[in-house]
Amino acid sequence: MTFRMTALVHGRLDADFTVAPGETVAVLGPNGAGKSTLLAVAAGLLKPDAGSARLGDKVLFERDGGKHGWVPPRWVPPHLRGVALLAQEALLFPHLSVLDNVAFAPRTAGQSRAESRETARRWLAEVDALDLAARRPGQLSGGQAQRVAVARALAAEPELLLLDEPMAALDIHGAPQLRRVLKRVLAGRSAVIVTHEVLDALMLADRIVVLEGGRIVEEGPVREVLGRPRSAFAAGLAGLNLLAGTVTAEGLLVSGFGGLSGTALSGMFDGEAAAGEPGVAAFPPSAVSVFPELPHGSPRNCLPVVITELEPHAGGIRVRAGELAADITPAASAELGLEPGMAVFFVVKSAEVQVYGA
Amino acid sequence: MRNAFRKAAALLAALGLAASLASCSPAAGGGTNTTAGTVTVYAAASLKTTFTELAASFEAAHPGTKVTLNFAGSSDLVTQITQGAPADVFASADTKNMTKLADASLLDGEPKDFATNVLEIAVPAANPASVSSFADLAKPGVKVVVCAPQVPCGAATEKVEKAAGTTLKPVSEESSVTDVLGKVISGEADAGLVYVTDVKTAGSKVKGIPFAEADQAVNTYPIGIVGSSKNKELARAFMELVAGSEGRKVLVDAGFGAP
Amino acid sequence: MTPSLRASRDASPNASPDGGGHGYSGVPRWLYLPAAVGALFVMLPLVAMLAKVNWGQFIPLVTSAASLDALGLSLRTSAASTVVCLVFGVPLAMVLARRPFRGQRLLRAFVLLPLVLPPVVGGIALLYTFGRQGLLGKTLELAGIQIAFSTTAVVLAQAFVALPFLVVSLEGALRTAGNRYETVAATLGAGPTTVLRRVTLPLVMPGLASGAVLSFARSLGEFGATLTFAGSLQGVTRTLPLEIYLQREADADAAVALSLLLVAVAVAVVGLSYRKPGRQVAA
Repeated sequence: MTFRMTALVHGRLDADFTVAPGETVAVLGPNGAGKSTLLAVAAGLLKPDAGSARLGDKVLFERDGGKHGWVPPRWVPPHLRGVALLAQEALLFPHLSVLDNVAFAPRTAGQSRAESRETARRWLAEVDALDLAARRPGQLSGGQAQRVAVARALAAEPELLLLDEPMAALDIHGAPQLRRVLKRVLAGRSAVIVTHEVLDALMLADRIVVLEGGRIVEEGPVREVLGRPRSAFAAGLAGLNLLAGTVTAEGLLVSGFGGLSGTALSGMFDGEAAAGEPGVAAFPPSAVSVFPELPHGSPRNCLPVVITELEPHAGGIRVRAGELAADITPAASAELGLEPGMAVFFVVKSAEVQVYGA
Repeated sequence: MRNAFRKAAALLAALGLAASLASCSPAAGGGTNTTAGTVTVYAAASLKTTFTELAASFEAAHPGTKVTLNFAGSSDLVTQITQGAPADVFASADTKNMTKLADASLLDGEPKDFATNVLEIAVPAANPASVSSFADLAKPGVKVVVCAPQVPCGAATEKVEKAAGTTLKPVSEESSVTDVLGKVISGEADAGLVYVTDVKTAGSKVKGIPFAEADQAVNTYPIGIVGSSKNKELARAFMELVAGSEGRKVLVDAGFGAP
Repeated sequence: MTPSLRASRDASPNASPDGGGHGYSGVPRWLYLPAAVGALFVMLPLVAMLAKVNWGQFIPLVTSAASLDALGLSLRTSAASTVVCLVFGVPLAMVLARRPFRGQRLLRAFVLLPLVLPPVVGGIALLYTFGRQGLLGKTLELAGIQIAFSTTAVVLAQAFVALPFLVVSLEGALRTAGNRYETVAATLGAGPTTVLRRVTLPLVMPGLASGAVLSFARSLGEFGATLTFAGSLQGVTRTLPLEIYLQREADADAAVALSLLLVAVAVAVVGLSYRKPGRQVAA
């Protein structure tokens, strides 16, 4: 069942969003990008100023915001949408046992007490939590509670499952276990997962949508977005440096990056980019060397930058200069006497730079 | 206001002290308020209008004196005086409550009867149930309110019923004559049995209907001097004013009868 | 707050009144003196009353027909007024707690008014509403419904003064509980009525129960509004407080004995309500 939504919430969201049948979409973006707003609108907890949404044949809402004359607004309340929402917190009903929490939706849908409990047991087994059935929510760890919450949401047999950072409040033991459970239960299910973790996208999602300032700035298959990021946020997720500009015969003419604007980069093409079109150049921090002065007679790309920060990174030092980063050894850092505020050159071989159309 | 607060705070502090001393003695009445020329009169609520007027003329006739009045139900006043309240004069709405004080040896000398009062039917000004006699009160559908037998006006009501041979089915038996009158004034009740003086006080809001059987239950008002009074001379003067010709005139004007 | 955090807090010694350990209390020592005086101030009058009870006559006094009628009437009318409070107070509290609307503060102020109003004022107001000449009373009388001097009037007077207790107590519980569980229930397919029945009400049950008990207790003690509005007739409108008031005129011993009876019932009721002070819905 396809979910298709166009939603405008003034100042918070303006997006066109689709989930294909059986597809899991990861929504990523900085804080305040509108990710939770997107879920709230889809779940029916927030009325958008304009837009429409359909789940299969069912219209969830329709409001034209006065653009095309008067169309009677339509609004299906949350409980009739077939959309379940799993939040950061498990929010298990404290007055019910684990089993009855999971049996809540089937019972509401009309099953008898015994039937609904049978259904609940099945779903608890699905999330490896059958042994918790008799407990009270207060007796569960965060990870256990979240797994029960997953079972409770699935027991509602939603046509679309929304997950709002389900791992965010869990400790280092709870998160991997829940991720494993989700990997299993989300397979073949239409779902949207909002997350900060690129790992969640890698493990659970078929597609990534990057939201920034309420708009979708990038979307595509996970491998495509992480492999060839076109937005700064996606590049950050993928752990790549990203410079944008105009494609040239050798590579890219950088534009709009402060002091780097006008710098010509040479790099490797993978076919699609035509000279003169907007494009980006991506390269990993590990491919960047740091020089205190301009190296002579080198075929390599040299970028004049000012160090903004030094931070530990995977056994080495990450040197940050604005939006760019270079990974070097502590020894090299000590030898060069690096410190924030210092002007240096980031040097990267052409072979390490990927140039593609934006 | 501030004075009252200070008193309450002091009381609370005293409470703590008293409790810590585990003393059980009843509160001793602070009876030293009788600065020369003050007389404290405890009087039945039905005497409010007349005694207020008489107190004013007493103060005028005895320059430098002050009459402090306290009106309440007669039995309440007896309880207060028994507990040591600083009264000089007590005027009761019935002989029973005066007898209580006499039995407790709390009176100085003999009390004197100074007025009588009889019951009257009070109906709302429009008289919606067309009541014109005592017998009408027993008609079905007429909402009658009376005093409960436990209070003096209720006892009088019972006597009247017996004399008339009519049994009333009241919708309410109130604890005070004021409550009966209130329900007639507000129109909740079609009729009530109250004293003649109450009907007079209520003015045009109610209509009074006298009835013959009322004479079977004449309520006598006695006045007496409290034994613990520190100002018996002044107290006696006030009592004489009430029982004398001037008092009679004021009382009769208000609807009271002579004893 | 996450469930795991809640669990750990429940395990801390301060959270359980019966726990073994004693945490830092933060009560300066001198505070105990005024606290003791305050406690005495409340308790001493009760002790004084106990001392006045004529124990030899106690049983006959409290089991007289008039006393039993008054007690029975008080219990029945208080139960009825508690039901009235529940029927109207629960929706009122829901509306006040869940949906902001224009004039909400004003509505809340009016709902709470009987808390600070002298009961006799409430009685007068009720009289002008439901009395024979009142705003609604005239219409009701035409429809053949008479409220004045009936047991219904007693229930109305009690419900009028008791309703705020239920609303305040429940609105607080609803606000503390928040609406996040209700949101979850809705996305699980539960309609608003199902959410109310299966989530909201069970969640605020402690608040609802204590509100109902307070309403009952307040109804039991109602005096002024009943006296003004309902009248006083044995078995019909003369509740225990009115009986005490009347007996005070005639038989002080009976009044004291009945007062003690009322205190005992009130203590039992309030005691039931505050048995578990720690039990509150964590949000």
